[in-house]
Amino acid sequence: MTTPPTQTTPPVVEMRGIVKRFPGVLANDHVDLQLQKGEILGLLGENGAGKTTLMNILYGLYQPDAGEIVLHGQRVQLRSVHDAIARGLGMVHQHFMLAQPFTVAENMVLGQGSPRWPLLEKGRQVQERITALSQQYGLKVDPAAHVWQLSVGQQQRVEILKALYRGAEVLILDEPTAVLTPQEVDELVVILRKLAATGRSLIFISHKLHEVMNVCDRVAVLRDGRLVDVVKTSATNPAHLSRLMVGRDVQFRTEKVPAAPTTVRLDLRELRVNDDRALPALRGINLTVRAGEIVGIAGVEGNGQRELEEAILGLRPVEQGQVLVDGQDVTGVSPGVMLATGLGYVPSDRYRTALLADFSIAENLVLSKVAQPPFTRWGLLNGRAILAHAEKLVKAFNVRTPSVTTAVGKLSGGNAQKVVLARELAHQPSVLLVAQPTRGVDVGAIEFIHQELIHQRDQGMAILLISTELEEILNLSDRIVVLYEGEIMGECPGADADLQQVGLMMAGARQSQPQLAQQQPAQRQAESGGLHAAH
Amino acid sequence: MRLTDSLRAVLAPLAGALLGLFLGALLIAATGANPVAAYSTMLAGALGGQRPIVETLLKTGPLLLMGLGLTVAFRGKVWNIGGEGQYFMGALAGATVGLLFQATLPAIVLIPLMALAGMAGGALWAGLAALLKIRFNINEIITTLMLNYIAQYTVLYLARGPLKDPESFLPQSAQLVGAARLPTLFGTRVHIGVLIGVLLIPLIYLLLWQTPLGMRIRAIGSSPTVAFAAGMNVTWGLAFALLFSGALAGLTGMTEVSALHLRLKDGLSGDYGFTGILVALLGRLHPVGVLVAAIFFAVLSIGAQSMHSVYGLPIALAQMVQALVVLFVLVADALARRKST
Repeated sequence: MTTPPTQTTPPVVEMRGIVKRFPGVLANDHVDLQLQKGEILGLLGENGAGKTTLMNILYGLYQPDAGEIVLHGQRVQLRSVHDAIARGLGMVHQHFMLAQPFTVAENMVLGQGSPRWPLLEKGRQVQERITALSQQYGLKVDPAAHVWQLSVGQQQRVEILKALYRGAEVLILDEPTAVLTPQEVDELVVILRKLAATGRSLIFISHKLHEVMNVCDRVAVLRDGRLVDVVKTSATNPAHLSRLMVGRDVQFRTEKVPAAPTTVRLDLRELRVNDDRALPALRGINLTVRAGEIVGIAGVEGNGQRELEEAILGLRPVEQGQVLVDGQDVTGVSPGVMLATGLGYVPSDRYRTALLADFSIAENLVLSKVAQPPFTRWGLLNGRAILAHAEKLVKAFNVRTPSVTTAVGKLSGGNAQKVVLARELAHQPSVLLVAQPTRGVDVGAIEFIHQELIHQRDQGMAILLISTELEEILNLSDRIVVLYEGEIMGECPGADADLQQVGLMMAGARQSQPQLAQQQPAQRQAESGGLHAAH
Repeated sequence: MRLTDSLRAVLAPLAGALLGLFLGALLIAATGANPVAAYSTMLAGALGGQRPIVETLLKTGPLLLMGLGLTVAFRGKVWNIGGEGQYFMGALAGATVGLLFQATLPAIVLIPLMALAGMAGGALWAGLAALLKIRFNINEIITTLMLNYIAQYTVLYLARGPLKDPESFLPQSAQLVGAARLPTLFGTRVHIGVLIGVLLIPLIYLLLWQTPLGMRIRAIGSSPTVAFAAGMNVTWGLAFALLFSGALAGLTGMTEVSALHLRLKDGLSGDYGFTGILVALLGRLHPVGVLVAAIFFAVLSIGAQSMHSVYGLPIALAQMVQALVVLFVLVADALARRKST
């Protein structure tokens, strides 16, 4: 990458001394940030470090308590998103802001003025502009497609396209890779490079070190609301960045002893489940998880993971097949029965299925057991017991919060996840179902959560881990099962897993025994793997 | 920070009320009347002396009962718009039991019996909507609203037909007498229905914030999916919230018929089912807030009446002033809330 002209022209964006306070938190503490024309600036930091707040200020969503924003050398006040868009800022949020039933083209003009007011802009003109933009940057999308038909990666492209369509010179991307497959990430990187090469400036929010190293020209590191340092990626390395980000050294590989699995705790037999559109999402899953082992389900997002976790808990009806916990048939029972039977559940979408954002930490920690003693006595809630329980768990799980009566919605991703994990583990389940346990979670918390999962495994818990982060699967699993289009492609032991083979299975290649023997003569995995892969 | 927030929560509605009164004053002045005199009549009519205060309390009682019940429903995001119908069914059930047994049972037995009947009537009527919601997933806003009309005209039909007072030419039922009349307090017209409303304030608070059931209702209101995934029985939580608000609406109907109307007849409604929605929302779904809101609405409504009857302002104008004040308080409250979050 060529070095951007720093001295001659003023920076495209300059944020000076930005301060933002929320009740009990100083989210941004005198942050200075400069974005040069044509560069990709990484914004790195743990969850809760203030990255998103800072960008929401730049995008006009929040007003800073102090500090100023300068665009092209001119001081501006961004009172709303409209202001920001009008000044050439665009943001791709982590959660896409697209109208699902609308087409790509309709989403482009949604909320925009039209040259033919009061009628909408001519569809063909919109499509032509979309096509021109997509060709220029390699953002392949069909303008006539409805958004709900698109994959997550395609929807993200639509978001980027939307920002460009509205004339964004500066593009803010909030954790854009969190929802993508490795291949989609590669494609995104190419697009981002092209955008930068044509003179647009990008801010890339992330907490993933290798991505920032790979994508960005410079990296600004935030910690606890303060700007720690801004470094050139060419002059740093991941270890250094992680030290800046966390304030200490982080262990990347979780240490663990070999698993000693015993009895079967969770047994899925020929499980068939439909998705929201009533199409088959799981096509006959056979899987067992034993006490004292972690079984990792690898796979690209959208291959039945969500349906699997929901069907096991009882949130989604099982069309065919059985779910057994400790040998007991619990197919199709309610979540209440499931939890009572001994299932713990850490879902992929915390705020959709596990946490009440407007409830306190203490209330969330007793949500599923609130009617039982000691939390309820004589028909009334026992506030003291509920608070004591919360204090204990918050301490044990190192949840960073001003108090246990703070609303869970105010916590960062990592701390909120710790609350879910603490609640589920406090009930001592015999089976723990964990889906995407570290999605949107900062490095420090990831380490903690991984160690806790391994600790529980060593204590004899049966853990089913569903994750689209291959690294996480490799790091934690004793056995790896690969899910593709609702079917299990194959299985291999977690230790010394063959990355290439797992990758092939993730792309839909079914594991075959001769192929296995050929590729990995040293590993005798055909026995255990064949059991589930053969059907 | 917190202090300014709570200060704003009090000041904003107050400012809204003043603004509404000011605009009302302009309207009154435009008709040639004296706004100052009109407003002093309003104040005196609602709060000046024992009789006005009794009137205001009599209006506060039903608003409070209705608002408290709806608070429980709305906390669970169960939008019961059918307080009116449940009120009619409560009045019907209460009055029927009263008419049947007023000659034979003593008040100490009959009044609780009538209250239970009233609550059962309201709960049953709400239960229809609950059934439709749970069984067929039909939106309760539509069903409860439609059931209002059915209830209202059923009661009016009965008052003209089967339950008609044979000794009267008017389309009304026989009169509740003696033991079937709600006891009053302190030798005034204030009846125990008002007292029950006040006593329910701490109980509703207890229910919502100190019992597992209340927590379940609030959890459902926050996210039914999370509540279900946490093992809560969402169906029964929803049903309870709807039935409970129906029961209190029914109780409201029973107290009104047994204390004031004394017969099933036209004009039985005081629009409490609808005003109660405003009371619950303006009271921020908190029992104490509901009390404040109920008093506020009662003062406004009684005051508007006396502006008409004592000062001679056209009733339309008096009600316009009332509506203006309510509107501005709601807007100011909404603005204050938006700023504070």
